Amino acid sequence: MRVSLFVTCLVDQLFPRVGEAMAATLRRLGCEVTFNEAQTCCGQPAFNTGYRAQARAMAEHFVRVFERERADFIVAPSGSCAAMVRNFYGELFHAPGDEEWRVRLESVRTRVREFSEFLVRELGVEDVGARFEGRVTYHDACHLLRELGVADEPRRLIRAVRGVEFVEMEAPDTCCGFGGTFSVKYAEISNSILQEKLARITRSGAGTVVANDSSCLMQIAGGLSRAGSPVKTMHLTELLASR
Amino acid sequence: MNHAEQDLAGRSHAALEDAVLQTALKSATDTFISRRREAVAGVPEWQALRARARRVKEHTINNLDYYLEQLAEKVREHGGHVYWATTGEDVGHYCIELARARGVTSVVKSKSMATEEIELNHALEAAGVRPIETDLGEYIIQLAREKPSHIIVPAIHKTREQIAELFAEKLKCGLAREVAEITAVARERLRGEFLSAGMGITGANFAVAETGTIVLVENEGNIRLSTQVPRIHVAVVGIEKVVPRFEDLSVFLRLLPRSGTGQKQTAYVSFLNGPRRRTRGVEADVASRSSEQGQASESEFEFHLVLMDNGRTRILADERMRESLYCIRCGACLNVCPVYQKIGGQAYGWIYPGPIGAVVSPLLQGLKQAGELPFASSLCGACRDACPVDINLPDLLLALRAKVKEAGADVGVARNFAERTAMRGYAAAVKRPKLFAAAGRLVRGLARLVSKDGKVRSAGVPALGEWTKYRDLPAPRGGSFRERWKKKR
Repeated sequence: MRVSLFVTCLVDQLFPRVGEAMAATLRRLGCEVTFNEAQTCCGQPAFNTGYRAQARAMAEHFVRVFERERADFIVAPSGSCAAMVRNFYGELFHAPGDEEWRVRLESVRTRVREFSEFLVRELGVEDVGARFEGRVTYHDACHLLRELGVADEPRRLIRAVRGVEFVEMEAPDTCCGFGGTFSVKYAEISNSILQEKLARITRSGAGTVVANDSSCLMQIAGGLSRAGSPVKTMHLTELLASR
Repeated sequence: MNHAEQDLAGRSHAALEDAVLQTALKSATDTFISRRREAVAGVPEWQALRARARRVKEHTINNLDYYLEQLAEKVREHGGHVYWATTGEDVGHYCIELARARGVTSVVKSKSMATEEIELNHALEAAGVRPIETDLGEYIIQLAREKPSHIIVPAIHKTREQIAELFAEKLKCGLAREVAEITAVARERLRGEFLSAGMGITGANFAVAETGTIVLVENEGNIRLSTQVPRIHVAVVGIEKVVPRFEDLSVFLRLLPRSGTGQKQTAYVSFLNGPRRRTRGVEADVASRSSEQGQASESEFEFHLVLMDNGRTRILADERMRESLYCIRCGACLNVCPVYQKIGGQAYGWIYPGPIGAVVSPLLQGLKQAGELPFASSLCGACRDACPVDINLPDLLLALRAKVKEAGADVGVARNFAERTAMRGYAAAVKRPKLFAAAGRLVRGLARLVSKDGKVRSAGVPALGEWTKYRDLPAPRGGSFRERWKKKR
């Protein structure tokens, strides 16, 4: 199976280990992994903030880069970025004159997968042979859950990790308050939502909170660190790469 | 109609600082969420019902002119009057003229978002007609001279203690300790109002085109009294409330109470066909006593249907936004919204709060006035899942954000110019991978420069400063993924 990494701009710039962990696990599972250096950002920040023209330009770049990839799948460590391409790009190429673009988009769109979705649904793998000692809880990233319908897959992957004691927090499917530019436009509201999430994480008794999206994790980790909490955050790719 | 000077961030700050409000909001929204969950769990075909409701609404809204004409005709056949109101002022004039012509000095009102939307009470008061809200929550809000903070629970932001104090002050009664005591005070005061009012004004949950039936759901019985005791009943109904067939109610009356209050059925559901008719027994006695003129003969009962546009046809004309007219005003999207849960309804600044409010307020009031609202969402999508008619609220919010930016109407949102420039620059870099990599390297380098103890210190830096005001940001270490990938190979 040939996999082209869609590492996402956030992972590329701030959390490179998340991308490396994803590549390592995919390789261990026998995938041929490539990384196209021409990739940058899917355009979600512009799209979600209302800048459609800019988002369209970024989407065109994304399609140009990945349509040339001969990979079977394009895999991202983020439900949000994968959902941007799969569910929202259509909105950017809906004009009557965009027929050709829609065809090009389709060749990319149908191959995009989020990491946990790819492992469980495409590779049929739940136990990747990882080991991690500790009590772990899972935060459902909103777009992964509601746009891609992925809830069970990450939990199965986590439960299969040796040494992990999995606990659910209350309402794991409520937002962490990140929301892209919302987190800085309405920072105080964003933080108040985050505090609810942190309280639930703390009450779960977990030492580590896992999610499949670096943006949620940045928000949660930022709050935990500010509160001086001993709870750690970990991307699912990193948990599955633990030995 | 915007009832605060500050912008949304300012109003939210006040709400977030209000510990009593936070407690009230949390307990209320938690309760509604769990009640709704239980009620929905009892309906295995819930998703099919939602899909059917959406199809009915879609069909109706796409053929709105046809169904409205049918509704009007049927209401007239029942002996009712029909008035087409283009604006909120039109509704006010109609009600005031009617009150004057019939010598009505006081009006009992049931809870109605449509009349809140147009601030009908202000118009009535200014014309010397006294409106009395008879829904307990609305009665509280009217006494406090506030705005409702929720579509179905107007006083959701108030605690029992606050309400008891309000009653003691405004109604000069003793300080009530229990909910039952508060209710008893309201009931006693309102009973007299029902009996002396010459007119009842209600909204409608549904208006059935094929039968000309106005449908009203409630739990307190005040709608029964408002529509059946005064001589004249006026229903102010947004034009989107029409449904084609009586049979369609079997879908909507299952969805609405479960989504709104988590009930299988509300305590009362009224189906009204035109003016009330003199019936046998007790009801007739109540009616004759109630009449301001003393005895009311059957011909004196009147029903007026006011079909209100007030911006709705503008939404109808916008195919992208038309879906927002499917809303049946259940309030479920408010309860599940993480933003609403924290800031409550009044911070939104307009009569419709929460996700649906963030969509319809800018459409009804104008982008320049309420264009800030669509941005005050984390786009988590919980609202869409909760919506009984499956309105894709996150999509509508996104489309509105684009509209606001295109119209240059993002006045309430700070840093408009800087953000626009930043987005343009970012888009330019995204298309040039080498520039993107170099810019990333530069920004990470700068972040490291202002870091201390592994954390970025960015107070005063636009956007980044807002982040670090509440959350830590780890100083970037090592290179980017692309740099490290290259090195390893």
